[in-house]
Amino acid sequence: MPSLPAVSKTHEFDVIVVGAGGAGLRAAIEASREGARTAIICKSLLGKAHTVMAEGGAAAALRNTDPRDTWKVHFRDTIRGSKYLSQWPMAMLHAQEAPERIRELERWGAVFDRTKDGWINQRNFGGHQYPRLAHVGDRTGLELIRTLQDKGVHSGIEVFMEVTVTKLFTKDGTVTGCLAYERETGKFHLFKAKSVVVATGGFGKAWKYNSNSWEYTGDGHTLAYEAGAELMDMEFFQFHPTGMVWPPSVRGTLVTEGVRGEGGILRNSEGKRFMYDYIPEMFQGDFAETEEEVQRWLDGDKDARRPPELLTRDVVARAIRSEVKAGRGTEHGGVYLDISWRDAEYVKKKLPSMYHQFKELANVDITKVPMEVGPTAHYAMGGIRVDHESQESTTVRGLYACGECAAGLHGANRLGGNSLTDLLVFGKRAGEHAARRALETKEHPEIPAEEVQAAIDAAVAPLERESGENPFKVHEELEELMQDNAGMIREAEDLKKALEGLAAFAERVRNIKVGGNIQYNPGWHEALDIHNLLVCAEATARAALEREESRGGHTRADFPQSDAEYWQHHNIVLKKGADGRMEVRRVPLTPWSDEVNRIMEASAEELSGDTHAEVHPL
Amino acid sequence: MKRTLTIFRGTKENGRYEDYEVEQQEGMVVLDAIHRIQAEQATDLACRWNCKAGKCGSCSAEINGKAKLTCMTRMDTLPDGPIRVGPVKTFPLQKDLVTDVSWNYRVKKRITPFTPKTYTPEEAKKGEFNMKQEDIDRVQEFRKCIECFLCQNVCHVLRDFPENKEVFDGPRYMIRLAELEMHPKDDADRIPYVKETSGVGHCNITRCCTEVCPENIVITDNGIIPLKERMSDRYYDPLRMIWRKLTGKS
Ligand SMILES: Cc1cc2nc3c(=O)[nH]c(=O)nc-3n(C[C@H](O)[C@H](O)[C@H](O)COP(=O)(O)OP(=O)(O)OC[C@H]3O[C@@H](n4cnc5c(N)ncnc54)[C@H](O)[C@@H]3O)c2cc1C
Ligand code: SF4
Ligand code: SF4
Ligand code: FES
Repeated sequence: MPSLPAVSKTHEFDVIVVGAGGAGLRAAIEASREGARTAIICKSLLGKAHTVMAEGGAAAALRNTDPRDTWKVHFRDTIRGSKYLSQWPMAMLHAQEAPERIRELERWGAVFDRTKDGWINQRNFGGHQYPRLAHVGDRTGLELIRTLQDKGVHSGIEVFMEVTVTKLFTKDGTVTGCLAYERETGKFHLFKAKSVVVATGGFGKAWKYNSNSWEYTGDGHTLAYEAGAELMDMEFFQFHPTGMVWPPSVRGTLVTEGVRGEGGILRNSEGKRFMYDYIPEMFQGDFAETEEEVQRWLDGDKDARRPPELLTRDVVARAIRSEVKAGRGTEHGGVYLDISWRDAEYVKKKLPSMYHQFKELANVDITKVPMEVGPTAHYAMGGIRVDHESQESTTVRGLYACGECAAGLHGANRLGGNSLTDLLVFGKRAGEHAARRALETKEHPEIPAEEVQAAIDAAVAPLERESGENPFKVHEELEELMQDNAGMIREAEDLKKALEGLAAFAERVRNIKVGGNIQYNPGWHEALDIHNLLVCAEATARAALEREESRGGHTRADFPQSDAEYWQHHNIVLKKGADGRMEVRRVPLTPWSDEVNRIMEASAEELSGDTHAEVHPL
Repeated sequence: MKRTLTIFRGTKENGRYEDYEVEQQEGMVVLDAIHRIQAEQATDLACRWNCKAGKCGSCSAEINGKAKLTCMTRMDTLPDGPIRVGPVKTFPLQKDLVTDVSWNYRVKKRITPFTPKTYTPEEAKKGEFNMKQEDIDRVQEFRKCIECFLCQNVCHVLRDFPENKEVFDGPRYMIRLAELEMHPKDDADRIPYVKETSGVGHCNITRCCTEVCPENIVITDNGIIPLKERMSDRYYDPLRMIWRKLTGKS
């Protein structure tokens, strides 16, 4: 077998960015702008990262659609949506800087939908008090990634596409570079770097029904963890309430929350609009209670309250699950989501790709009949624990993380639309700080040849083994284990089962054998990716077992209540111990500052009067 | 129901079509079948994909000789009998269904990117451009492009004459140029590039590109033809150009 067990090329850069989604691209642009020699590495072709799939929009208090909005309202929505576990200094930076990051995109060529007056239009989304999401129909992610990609390739960044990173190197707790292979040829590249930014996205491929692509195997989480970084909030995984459920081949594919933002109604098989029954105490009084009020809200009456379909995702997903469990589900185990009552042309204009997706893949015309939807594994709130300002890992120097693979902003539950601005705000910050650090570092540290060789040997092992298991089969079974035992609703018994199961999988993953050679071999790529998934799955199960309460994207059947006394003030942090085992720790949240206390308790009028931090001319 | 897929395997030097049998389930798309084959019969079968929902433009291939996204092609819409799946033909083969599309990225890079106009005072106050929706509808149509390169693949100028890649940017980049040229807030002038470098003259309006575009972008009529018109206005109709300069109208 023609394997290539040596490094075929060594590169030196100031900053290496792993991942070319919104976060990675934004980081690379900033690093380059700071004067650092920057390279970006990604597993797929440039422009195909997960960000391209984002539909609904990017949340920023631009105040174009409702002038009552301010960064403070956005901040408060984020904290409440996170069920109080967000790192508030990050939520504050995010809400303050998001508008500027969106406007900057426009100056780089993004073309958002407009208001009647010609400014950037904003739409409603779950958990956002006012219409706040800048959008382009239901293809906002495409607009975002294409704009950044086009900006990036003209910023002097070197791009290595279809190249996968398999190892981060460190020396004395400081990052020194990484090892990667070219997917096409299987050649190995060694990258020496003064700073490394990890922006690899999430790990939804740990569950059977998910909205994620093959790339979402938690590579960055695992690379960082194995290099000594801490992971945080790993028990919180967002199950998006509305994935497709039929036909089987598309089960899990996302149906944007934009459908509900545009007035989509959720009904059970009895035709009942059930969300009225699921408004949690925390949001009592914030949502419409009658159809008549909903209609007024849709017509633009500013005094009407939002429909309950726009509750936060954790709430809606649990409600759908309860309805189905109570026997009020549809034929294929979902509920109905109906936008067909709106004008067909309006639906096609505002939700073109949903229209197309259902028409082509399910033979359903959403302008005429309701869709069938149910929860799907979607977004990782948990990730690499970072410093709030710089995005540097709390434990590994020179290692930065941003985007979905970083933890902190979203706490127990992410609000829709907050991810895209998260990428921009913290991508920029990560790039800036990574570059500054790199420019202060004199020399590239050496990476010992033995370490590099060991990493290569480990990577090619599945190709060299005489016999062993099929990687795709192992992955499928892993997904089932997680779906059954560490899915949306958890219990101590099941989580223990998951952990036992995962230990057995670790052994199986070490015995995977792939056929064929090293050139563009998906079986081999899969074999390496599963290892990463396994680490993320274990972190999820361990943290989920530890947190004995229910909150946001973590529901314990055996502890159904939220615990305001203790758990509301603690995050769970995981780190690789000296003996190689995963250590679990509880860390108290930063107490609220006086300003935060004021914002959280202010009346709507008080917050809307304040226009601080609104305009930063470019 | 059992269904046979005849899939291209191998490289340029050593390639052939091979048969695989899969169970066709309700709603299954060609990409699902490829994944089943990958999982059960040929773990080293190379293909690209990401979104499985027609949003990323990774999974282009030729299905029964037609350029399509494999993730959006339902097997029950194809005529009975074996389904033939091969790589797109216009780009150099890497392996199985994967081709080297890097030429596209190189072309894009040489096109002058968006160059913002300075804000009007009103815009500066707000930090945003002011643009009417109707003035950007066309630009947004072109920006729907998912870079699947299917149009590049079927354009006969590029497909039949590989050497034309030196002289013709292809339909994807014609609409990139059109998008930038029609952007109300763009300040660069790419018409000289359109004339001298893009090779727009090679396009003889066969509309094959428009036909395959999965995003239903009307590449030829809405993009290429207006671009040709702008060019000929500039170079062959100086009066109209002066008029335009004076009035700002086209
Ligand atoms: C269908 C869908 C719709 C969504 N809609 C919205 C929305 O409307 N609003 C919103 O705010 N959020 C939305 N989200 C969430 C949001 O899109 C993602 O969280 C976000 O795009 C993640 O961006 P990222 O930059 O962190 O990662 P990604 O865009 O996923 O990029 C990850 C990058 O890392 C690379 N990578 C991974 N592993 C490796 C490795 N080992 N070596 C090299 N490179 C690697 C990948 O190739 C890729 O380039 C949606 C998500 C989905 C799936
Ligand atoms: S219309 Fe022009 S660009 Fe399109 S396929 Fe025909 S020749 Fe090519
Ligand atoms: S214009 Fe259409 S066919 Fe061409 S690359 Fe874009 S989406 Fe694909
Ligand atoms: S997989 Fe994204 S378009 Fe087909």
